[in-house]
Amino acid sequence: MSFDNPDLVAVWLTVRLAALTTLILLVISTPIALWLARTRSWWKGPVGALVAMPIVLPPTVIGFYLLVAMGPNGPIGHFTESLGLGLLPFTFWGLVIASVFYSLPFVLQPIQNAFEAISERHIESAATLRASPLDTFFSVVMPLAKPGYLTAMVMGFAHTVGEFGVVLMIGGNIPDKTRVVSVQIYDHVDALEYAQAHSLAAGMVIFSFVVLLVLYTLNPTGRRK
Amino acid sequence: MLFRHATLIAALTTLAMPFSAHADQVQVAVAANFTAPMKVIAAEFEKATGHKAELSFGATGKFYAQIKNGAPFDVLLAADDETPAKMEKEGLAVPGSRMTYAIGALVLWSAKPGFVDDKGAILKTGDFAHLAIAAPKLAPYGAAAIETLDKLGLLATLEPKFVTGESIGQTYQFINTGNAELGFVALSQVYANGKLTSGSAWFVPADFHKPIRQDAVILSKAKDNAAAIVLLKFLKTKQARDVIKSYGYTL
Repeated sequence: MSFDNPDLVAVWLTVRLAALTTLILLVISTPIALWLARTRSWWKGPVGALVAMPIVLPPTVIGFYLLVAMGPNGPIGHFTESLGLGLLPFTFWGLVIASVFYSLPFVLQPIQNAFEAISERHIESAATLRASPLDTFFSVVMPLAKPGYLTAMVMGFAHTVGEFGVVLMIGGNIPDKTRVVSVQIYDHVDALEYAQAHSLAAGMVIFSFVVLLVLYTLNPTGRRK
Repeated sequence: MLFRHATLIAALTTLAMPFSAHADQVQVAVAANFTAPMKVIAAEFEKATGHKAELSFGATGKFYAQIKNGAPFDVLLAADDETPAKMEKEGLAVPGSRMTYAIGALVLWSAKPGFVDDKGAILKTGDFAHLAIAAPKLAPYGAAAIETLDKLGLLATLEPKFVTGESIGQTYQFINTGNAELGFVALSQVYANGKLTSGSAWFVPADFHKPIRQDAVILSKAKDNAAAIVLLKFLKTKQARDVIKSYGYTL
């Protein structure tokens, strides 16, 4: 899709980035969440801490290390160049990978919580009915974890839309590739284009409210356990 | 209970206190290209006068927006002469306090030695993925880069390869990490003691763009701040001018 209006270009880019990031995260997070929810290994603590770090780390830290690591002298940069993919900063895929890091805990944790809330008895009953582990997962665990998945999707999408610092540091502000809504607003404000800044910023306020409203309406906490 | 409240109030009071309150202090908004020389000058200024200069670095356009909205700066060292003039007209700056403290030079720079030739012919080959520039709307060095490319007739060809830093500082960072092979930065960022500090460069001739006349101005809220007035005087001393020149500025 292409638009003439740079603000709409930024909106569409942001939607694509957030949707793709959320999809990738749902796939990556499921096995990690399952392991974290079931394991009694000593590794549970360190791994749990590691995947939760993006919540605590300033986006500048993530942005700075990604810029260096994805650069021609960094390990990720070496790897992508050896695959013939070039370098990731200033590209849409660079932002996708950065967003996957940045939003990981927001998708992983709701899924993990949902898995943890499923009692062993459900899984054991499935096993007595001779369901294979895979079958159990898809016909028992997944449906029971549906509210967790819904929360994960909404939070992953919304948190990626709200991303700013990381994009600023590795994006290079390229229209239709890395200039997302938050960066576009920042540019408008800096250039004193307050009217344009307002229309996008107000849009974000409404978006955030609607997203959370939908989440809390469909998925009231405490009702489904 | 009473004791607990007292503790809470004591904690809040302590946390709310600023780290240091200096009597003769001047808050300076410094254009990103002037970061390195200004750090040296601020140290010498403090030694010579006893006043302390607190420095913030960023894009001139951003500082303008912040000051217009009440940012607590006393002095602006801009990267151009238009912003200070505009601020004087709008009543944001003290009339008559404006002075040119440096004339900047633009350079096409790469962190890789031997990558940029001394005539800038690499721009015509287009043999690179990314060309970093500073946001032309916010940073005068970005505007000068656009003018230079326009004069070379390469603006339309190279525009798809642009990556834009929000200030000249971020532009440097894109090039320095190698993520952009080359880009336009301020000479002062890659130059010290009369030579290039690293990489390779084309020194863009001064007539390729409007002169980057960098003006300083005292902001209205600081019209009675002695330290601000002394700082502007200090920028005119030989001591300060020698530092400024050693970073490649002309005066």
